[in-house]
Amino acid sequence: MNLFDYLEPTTQFVIFSAIKILIVFGVTMTFVAYAVLAERKISAWIQDRVGPNRTAPPITKFIPILGPMLVRLGIFQPMADGLKFLLKEDFTPAYVRKVYFWLAPAIAVIPAFLTLAVIPFGSTLGNPDNKMVIADLNVGILYTFGIVSLGVYGIVLAGYAANSKYPFLGGIRSSAQMISYEIAMGMSVVAVFMVVGDLNLGAVVQYQAKHGWMVLHQPLAFAIFLIAAFAETNRLPFDLPESESELVGGYHTEYSSMKFALFFLGEYAAMISASAMMVTLFFGGWTLPFLSEPASSLLVGLLHIAIFIAKLVVLLVVFIWVRWMLPRFRYDQLMDLGWRRFIPLALGNILATALVLAFISP
Amino acid sequence: MSTKIVDRKPLSFFENSYLPTLMSGLKVTWKHFKKSALQGRPLTMEYPEQKWVVPQGYRGAPYLVKDQEGSTKCVSCQLCEFVCPPKAIRITPPGPNGAPADRRNAEKAPAEFEINMLRCIFCGLCQEVCPEEAIFLQKDYSLTGESREEMVYGKAKLLQMGGTHGGIQKWKHKLEEAEAQEVFPVRTN
Repeated sequence: MNLFDYLEPTTQFVIFSAIKILIVFGVTMTFVAYAVLAERKISAWIQDRVGPNRTAPPITKFIPILGPMLVRLGIFQPMADGLKFLLKEDFTPAYVRKVYFWLAPAIAVIPAFLTLAVIPFGSTLGNPDNKMVIADLNVGILYTFGIVSLGVYGIVLAGYAANSKYPFLGGIRSSAQMISYEIAMGMSVVAVFMVVGDLNLGAVVQYQAKHGWMVLHQPLAFAIFLIAAFAETNRLPFDLPESESELVGGYHTEYSSMKFALFFLGEYAAMISASAMMVTLFFGGWTLPFLSEPASSLLVGLLHIAIFIAKLVVLLVVFIWVRWMLPRFRYDQLMDLGWRRFIPLALGNILATALVLAFISP
Repeated sequence: MSTKIVDRKPLSFFENSYLPTLMSGLKVTWKHFKKSALQGRPLTMEYPEQKWVVPQGYRGAPYLVKDQEGSTKCVSCQLCEFVCPPKAIRITPPGPNGAPADRRNAEKAPAEFEINMLRCIFCGLCQEVCPEEAIFLQKDYSLTGESREEMVYGKAKLLQMGGTHGGIQKWKHKLEEAEAQEVFPVRTN
């Protein structure tokens, strides 16, 4: 630290931010890989199967009991998957619109990661100025909504670029889906910020530390946000753009190798950022009811990050679980749900919140 | 009246809220998750390590069998060769000057007996037609080899795989009975 103190505050800030970005990116990538594994494993269990249990690098032979156990849990599967994606032939069909075809996967994956920048994933680490959030924006939520909807363009663009029927239908569905959930999603959060009185996500966490988790204050907002998050991340029951049983994989039908992997990565990264968003907004972020003060020591700081990750994991499991609970919605049903139920509900919620704030507990 | 009209009741408000569906979905998935993840009883049979119990009367690969004294039961009558629908069986009879059978009283044994397991359809007609109870469809269902030639099983291999199948030894006392026919009065026991 001593050497560090000689640097200018700006340089310190840049170095700290770069380190945070690298770590958050690395952790998220690992999480994406293991979310895929969790998805496969939990899906398998729900369907009475075993799931990936064969991938065993030679090193596991030398670990007595733990080795075979890890192999059975498929711990090494993500590495094999990643390697496979890298080594596969990257095939570009002759009839695609090349520029957009190359652009789409990038556009699909980048917003999911950008959203993570404003999420406070811990209190402080080391000295009290070192906040565990990459960008402590005062308009965090606006930034999130601005960025998140860009992800859909990746999908729409992929559908258009592939220049074939199924991806095109997938792209169309994706845009139809977006216009039905985005508004309800935005409106559901308005009520939350009315209660908190600040758009900074750190302030939301602080408010919840004082007054209890937001999910207790605003259960309806949470329900709407959760369902909209499912639609936003293209997860069942709203995986209309993908729907492999009708559209042969939808928007990514024509993609292979690393470009396909990017879509895949984007989906899971979006899942993670949506979960992180929900943890921050509704489940008290890195706080627990008895652990809500910003960390004074390094250990407590790490504990806060661990709490945040634990909450995140629970929500990810919910995401995976729901996949097997409900059948896919038709897209007119989704639009009906979005426009005729959630938007009135969200508006009603805003009104009710406003009335309560104005007359009962200002 | 052949058409049955099923009433479709309008959904109640509660049902329209998707909540009952959600609950039943949760219940079903949890039940299966509990069974396969927590109690460790998935339906999957992990094949090379776990194998299913082959039921009685299963028609697996046809093999030649030996009798309880360890001699070849096949007498090279070639009925199975003729009946075999895909012509998977090829028998080379010993011929007039060939080696005698390896058991007393039997006239002959095949010089070579080949079953092409790639042609075999496991129908069981050979077993059904065999007057000597010398060939049986056994429980092997996973035959592998690295070449076509390897999948043509010869007599030695068929006998080795087939094992022993006891039963009536039709030819064992034939010589004594024939000799007894020569003696008067006829021995009847």
